[in-house]
Amino acid sequence: MSSTMHDTNDTPAAHARWTEDPVLTVEHLTMRFGGLVAIDDLSFSVGRGDITALIGPNGAGKTTVFNCVTGFYKPTEGRIVLRRGKKPTDASIADLTKTGQQYSREGENGIYLLERMNDFRITATAGVARTFQNIRLFGGMTVLENLLVAQHNHLMRASGFSIAGLLGLPNWRREAKRAKDKAVAWLDRISLLDRADDPAADLSYGDQRRLEIARAMCTDPRLLCLDEPAAGLNPRESAELNDLLRSIRDRDGVSVLLIEHDMGVVMEISDHIVVLDYGKKIADGDSRAVRDDPKVIAAYLGVDDEEVYEVEEDLHRDDPQAASMKTMSEGDQA
Amino acid sequence: METTNQPTASNRPEGAELESEARRDAMQGEPPFTEAPPEDSRFVRSLKEAGITAALVGALTVFFFIFRTDIGSGGLDLTLRPELWLVWMGIAFGARFLLSYFIFRAEEPITRYFKRPSASRRKPLPIGKIFGVAMLIVAIFLPVLLDTFLPRQNRYLLDLSILILTYVMLGWGLNIVVGLAGLLDLGYVAFYAVGAYSFALLSTNFDLGFWVCLPMAGLFAALWGIMLGFPVLRLRGDYLAIVTLAFGEIIRVVLLNWYEFTGGPNGLLGIPKPTLFGLEFSRGDDGFAAYFGIDYDPIQRFVFLYYIILALALLTNFVTMRMRKLPVGRAWEALREDEIACRALGINTVNVKLSAFATGAMFGGFAGSFFATRQGFISPESFTFIESAIILAIVVLGGLGSQLGVVIASVVMIGGIELLRNLTVLEAVFGAGFDPTQYRMLIFGLAMVAIMVWKPRGLISTRIPSVFYKEKKKIGADLVSQGEGH
Amino acid sequence: MEYFLQQLINGITLGSIYGLIAIGYTMVYGIIGMINFAHGEIFMIGAFIALTTFLALAALGITFLPLVLLIILAVAMFFTAVWGWTIERVAYRPLRGSFRLAPLITAIGMSIFLQNFVQVTQGARVKPLPPQIQGGITLMDGPGGIVVQLSFMQIIIIVTTIVLMTAFSLLIGKTSLGRQQRACEQDRKMAALLGVNVDRTISLTFVMGASLAAVAGLMYLLYYGVIDFYIGFIAGVKAFTAAVLGGIGSLPGAMLGGLAIGLIETFWSGYFSVEYKDVAAFSILAIVLIFLPSGLLGRPEVEKV
Repeated sequence: MSSTMHDTNDTPAAHARWTEDPVLTVEHLTMRFGGLVAIDDLSFSVGRGDITALIGPNGAGKTTVFNCVTGFYKPTEGRIVLRRGKKPTDASIADLTKTGQQYSREGENGIYLLERMNDFRITATAGVARTFQNIRLFGGMTVLENLLVAQHNHLMRASGFSIAGLLGLPNWRREAKRAKDKAVAWLDRISLLDRADDPAADLSYGDQRRLEIARAMCTDPRLLCLDEPAAGLNPRESAELNDLLRSIRDRDGVSVLLIEHDMGVVMEISDHIVVLDYGKKIADGDSRAVRDDPKVIAAYLGVDDEEVYEVEEDLHRDDPQAASMKTMSEGDQA
Repeated sequence: METTNQPTASNRPEGAELESEARRDAMQGEPPFTEAPPEDSRFVRSLKEAGITAALVGALTVFFFIFRTDIGSGGLDLTLRPELWLVWMGIAFGARFLLSYFIFRAEEPITRYFKRPSASRRKPLPIGKIFGVAMLIVAIFLPVLLDTFLPRQNRYLLDLSILILTYVMLGWGLNIVVGLAGLLDLGYVAFYAVGAYSFALLSTNFDLGFWVCLPMAGLFAALWGIMLGFPVLRLRGDYLAIVTLAFGEIIRVVLLNWYEFTGGPNGLLGIPKPTLFGLEFSRGDDGFAAYFGIDYDPIQRFVFLYYIILALALLTNFVTMRMRKLPVGRAWEALREDEIACRALGINTVNVKLSAFATGAMFGGFAGSFFATRQGFISPESFTFIESAIILAIVVLGGLGSQLGVVIASVVMIGGIELLRNLTVLEAVFGAGFDPTQYRMLIFGLAMVAIMVWKPRGLISTRIPSVFYKEKKKIGADLVSQGEGH
Repeated sequence: MEYFLQQLINGITLGSIYGLIAIGYTMVYGIIGMINFAHGEIFMIGAFIALTTFLALAALGITFLPLVLLIILAVAMFFTAVWGWTIERVAYRPLRGSFRLAPLITAIGMSIFLQNFVQVTQGARVKPLPPQIQGGITLMDGPGGIVVQLSFMQIIIIVTTIVLMTAFSLLIGKTSLGRQQRACEQDRKMAALLGVNVDRTISLTFVMGASLAAVAGLMYLLYYGVIDFYIGFIAGVKAFTAAVLGGIGSLPGAMLGGLAIGLIETFWSGYFSVEYKDVAAFSILAIVLIFLPSGLLGRPEVEKV
């Protein structure tokens, strides 16, 4: 994938890219906790090979979307489809939905209905890996061990579900060596190789963030979901993170979906930005389009209701978001 | 700088900070508006504390030391023994005074000599490894050593060693579940019981030998581990603990009441002894001694049993150490660290937990089989909750996840307390008829509390990584999670 | 029908005792999130103190029953509370902030210690006490000689439980102590920052739980007329089951759970088999924890990711 393709451009073709070949589509997702509606009829797509940012003010429901996508929450309503390989047709997805199965797979191609799958199965079979807002490393294990745990499913098979491993068969030893090499390669890439034998809890905050991303990448995902990867990083670390994410997109060909508050990071690396407020989508587009969107500005600045209407009046686009915006501001102020 | 005495802009805040720090120290964190109590001297304060402690002990024990109820003619009799009460209050006073005076209130507590210097970066001697190897060598040659140096107590000490090794094995088995996977199992004795009963039933009903029944009993126990584990492994740490305790009790009650199958409270008798390639350790013509043309000595059977349990324990250790380096073992430890992260990495945590449960149960089952064959008789009496608690205590006090810690804790807790029996000194102090074994569990419980408060992470609390890139560094206990209950 | 009614009365009585013990579990769990495994032993200690006090009073010649009962109640509650306080101070407070299983393990150690302490100082044999309160109200005189009776003892147990429950609900709900307790339950650090003496509040929780367990111990002694050093273990596990069933952390839940466990156990013994009554109680514990982990009246817990 050439990097020029990801330069921010606002040609009409770029707008449609993520709808043309999405790796993930979230359709009419609704999540209720008791009476609280955290996400309300949200739909968006994540383009294959894109870095997509999910932004919005605190409490907009971003992490809830993540938890639904990665199976930690079961959505109240809606469909979340992960597509692998050649563009699956809408008809085939509809067929799969009707059968009640979790996924269908033919060789490299596959359709996965994430809302039906368990958290670990989403990572193991659909290939969606995630990181956490509050870093969740295995603090008492070494950096190297953290990356080996991430290769669990592969190694489990290689060790013959421990039988071959207990006997120390050569096939297992080869795979174990390979897994270690892979971990070492990743450590080299995130420049933590000299810390390989230190406990993960001893790393600095920025190093822990990078390690968590590398660990997620060791599961061989197709889609990487990052929950505020730049939180707490200094500018230099932020820049390193940007490079890492770009290389994950370009070198590994993994699509990235990230939640971020640091607008510097978001605007710089995102190919596509989805803006949430009160569980609804208020904007969707590339960075320039989103940056200039008055609704986004209004949401972030937290202007009063009337002003939102005024800002809305100013909009001279007749896209469906404007309508949904209206219902949102009415509904949520109730 | 020549003007060191002059306050400069740069050092003024530092000085102010120092001052405020000194003030804070002086107040010991008390808010400024509370009036500090007048300071007593160290001696007076220690005396006061000792007095309070003695009074507290007095209040606690007044109904247990002064009065004693016994069944007499026509109901309960009350005996008075105030001297016991006074003695214990005195002991409490003295002990607390010494503690206060020399440790709690002292400027330089005498315990500072015991405190090791903080962990230095340079590579320490692998004491653990040396100690472990030394212990292994001693264990292998123990029967010979005993025979040479302590021939008179040979049999008793060998029996004690067998008992200790049984607990070492049980501890190692439970260590997989509690220490590595971080799942608190309070019903481990259930698998011990399943192993013992399946061994006993298989060997007596189907006339199968020890070496056939042993693996079958282990498998049965593992199966039970999976059956019991499946519904409960979603539970949080302490809930899991209580449910496993409940399961342990259910199994015991069933064993107690299912007369046709288990013999109820009478238990099962006539469990065959293990044989060496078909040779029995008996006086007969086809016995071990006769076959090899040596004199029959009942000790031979003990030595044989000793080596069986040693081999079983070493097998447990070998498998555990090996598994730690396998993906499944690493997943156990990862599970203990953070279950949610495990799930995010695509690890089926139910399977991982079940594998830990089943592996631990299997070794419990092996130990149970050995117990059955050693005793020749089993009854539900041997499988009470207290047994689970002892095994758990060994694992926790040794240091969760530490194999060597389990050995040390078993030797100290089982061997040490058993040896109390032999100390005639105690009888001289407490009068004739003093039976220290009566206090075994009392001391056990107290030691559990004391060691836990003193060293919550157990005796050996560092973790050794399962894999390394350049250098194997020990990981401090403060970083290692112990299964926070998720 | 008569049999059923009689079992119902017996079940409610037993349930009241379990409920009183369960409150101690639920309060401690609510405030510091640990299973106070030694609480069953506290109950046992309460029963022993009650027994000894009773015999001592008898030896002193005080035999006026209401007075005797009041004195026993006060003495048992006080001295058991001292035990509760000491256990918290010695075995749990030093481990506050340590890893979660540490206090559970000291609690088990404490439980073993207390059992053996009582066994060593008071002997292992059971202590029978002849029934002190006899008679009752015959509610129904059924055919075939089946009599439904509500004994005075049962009335005393049920009434005492109701009175204590009401008093405690008021204490937790209306007083500043209760407010502090609830604050510590929500967020201990924040409560401390707002000037709540957290250590004292936790100590008081243990004291309250222990004194209620002492009442339960006295009731048990009078109702069954026989105690030994081992009664705490089974009663403790059952009371914990009650607390979990009702929803741990909830006071009315503990009472409700206690009643449920008492009724289930009584009916199981009455209609199925006495031998397996403990199995019934333990199975309920497992089933509730697996299918209804937040209990009947507890708040469901949302997993935070």
